[in-house]
Amino acid sequence: MSGTIRSYGVWILAAVLLLILPYIFPAGASITTMCLIGIMIIFALSYNMLLGQTGMLSFGHAVYYGLAAFVTAHTMNWVAKNGIAIPLPLIPVFGAIAGLFFGILFGSVSTKRGGTAFAMISLGLAELVYSSSLILRSFFGGEEGISTDRTKLLRLFGYNFGPQIQVYYLIAAWCLLCVILMYAITRTPFGRMCNAVRENPERVEFVGYNPQFVRFIAFSLAGLFAGVAGSLAAINIELSQASFVGAAQSGAVLLAAYIGGVAFFVGPILGAILVTLLSIKLSDFSEIWVLYFGILFITIILFAPYGLSGLLMMHAQFWRGPIGSRITRLLKLFGAYIVALIPVLIMLAGAILLIEMIHHVAQKSAEGANMHFLRRNYLTVNTHTILPWLGGLAAMIGGFFAFRFTWPTVASAWHNALVDAQRSGK
Amino acid sequence: MNPAVELKNIEKRFGKTEIIRGVSLDVRAGERHAVIGPNGAGKSTLFNLVSGRLVPSAGSILLRGENITGLRPFEINRRGLSRSFQVTNIFPRLSVWENVRCAVLWSKGYKYSFWRNVDKLEDVRARTQEILDQINMADRAEIPAGVLTYAEQRALEIGITIAGGADIILLDEPTAGMSRSETERAVALIRKVSEGRTLIIIEHDMGVVFDLADRISVLVYGQIIATDEPPKIKANQKVQEAYLGAAGHD
Repeated sequence: MSGTIRSYGVWILAAVLLLILPYIFPAGASITTMCLIGIMIIFALSYNMLLGQTGMLSFGHAVYYGLAAFVTAHTMNWVAKNGIAIPLPLIPVFGAIAGLFFGILFGSVSTKRGGTAFAMISLGLAELVYSSSLILRSFFGGEEGISTDRTKLLRLFGYNFGPQIQVYYLIAAWCLLCVILMYAITRTPFGRMCNAVRENPERVEFVGYNPQFVRFIAFSLAGLFAGVAGSLAAINIELSQASFVGAAQSGAVLLAAYIGGVAFFVGPILGAILVTLLSIKLSDFSEIWVLYFGILFITIILFAPYGLSGLLMMHAQFWRGPIGSRITRLLKLFGAYIVALIPVLIMLAGAILLIEMIHHVAQKSAEGANMHFLRRNYLTVNTHTILPWLGGLAAMIGGFFAFRFTWPTVASAWHNALVDAQRSGK
Repeated sequence: MNPAVELKNIEKRFGKTEIIRGVSLDVRAGERHAVIGPNGAGKSTLFNLVSGRLVPSAGSILLRGENITGLRPFEINRRGLSRSFQVTNIFPRLSVWENVRCAVLWSKGYKYSFWRNVDKLEDVRARTQEILDQINMADRAEIPAGVLTYAEQRALEIGITIAGGADIILLDEPTAGMSRSETERAVALIRKVSEGRTLIIIEHDMGVVFDLADRISVLVYGQIIATDEPPKIKANQKVQEAYLGAAGHD
């Protein structure tokens, strides 16, 4: 019973958070960012129904997102033109149906095989759809895409969904609904068999289940939820374009799921938030932000293969015993983290300075010797003098060795916390 | 009454290599039937053919009189035949509880349902608990199967095999690699779980075989040279020459 209350409590808390977020971050840019995050959360979680839950690595999940976006744009134009009584909040249902339809259509082919064969087929289908988007102009609208006007639909309670804040609440409601549904699916017989197929598809056959059919349902349902995400994306920017079905979009959702961590349900949510924020904010600081994004991805793969959620969950073992001792235990550990974090930041600053200066000299020598580091005017660096180069190098190397020096502090703090937690757990 | 499993002139070739060379065998309903033979005789291949992992090159396989030749493993499993594997074949990152529950779900009729909360299925929960009690792993329920000891994983392998309630059980070397005491526990477990069912077991440990089996079939180079009760197998001249003589009595 208390478990039931706790699990409902999480969703109620999430709903309240979604309601008040626009009051905490009222700026127009923040609302826009939160809309994109909400869409990405649905998309990344739908992707994780494949990757994390069922063990299917897809390189073409944007196909279902993008095709649903086009179906949505056409549906909205058709609804508006014919004056059909369908309000905007129900439009994502059409996206869901489109995603499900294409999921079933392409899934019936691609889910026959798992593993590498599935990954290759997904890549092939993605290329197929993307190249047809340049050919089938009436459906995909060529280079301009298909634009639409979300305010032209039937009004509900006087909301015309012109202002971004109204779209935010539309996205937030759909996001919460989809997250709850996708979580619930993991708790069903089908959801458990997805995990079994991920772990050992062969054994699944010998307990009465057809792993191909499990993969097929997972794929179709992932298509449905990706369809909702794509539909909301089309509503959000009132446009659907070929890039929605493209490889970059498929790559972005893979990155989001992986960076957040595919082993835990919350992982892709964290990943969606971080990846969306980074892709918006990093470009304020550097032209070559995609490079840093790639470095972050590689770092996660190498050093934290379970992603951000995996790193967080590693701390769950310290969360035992009296509440006061839990907090002091974690505070001690985080203190050690900060000690190690300072040299890491110095090392990063040095490395980034060197990368930016190389980029400036190689690509932008026409602008002269002066570079604005991190695009800040107050951080002007003369790339033609030796000092910034030496400084960057020194910070990078010095930071690295200082980090090596502080690492034992973290290791021993970790050990102490573990011993302490085990003692209070008994 | 139809035999539980009936093999008619089964052959299996991989390219030009003949592994099974015309095997015919009746396994009676309710008996414990051991298949023995030297390494490479084709015992595991025979299991793979019966359970649908491989398709025979010739011949047919009948399950209680019904032809199951060419059916997929899950189709055969749904008809009441379940098998274990020689190399432990479990779901390593799922808990022991989840491992067993996955094997229970189909038999309780839940199929691919994605609208029911799996934790609230009382019949599934009860059956899973029953199996865990039978294999003495109730206290290990929450542990990921991958971190169990070898003997525990072998017990879990048996638990997964019997969880679906199949009445024909195939066990492929269930005691391989176990210590003496572990083997004794495993045999007791096998005796318990095969009560009232048909058991076909591949086993190298002759102590286990002669202790457990009602009848024994001896497979040598892809052919069954004798099928009989344990004392008669022991006395059989051909068996002694081909197998027991070569391996020595143990």
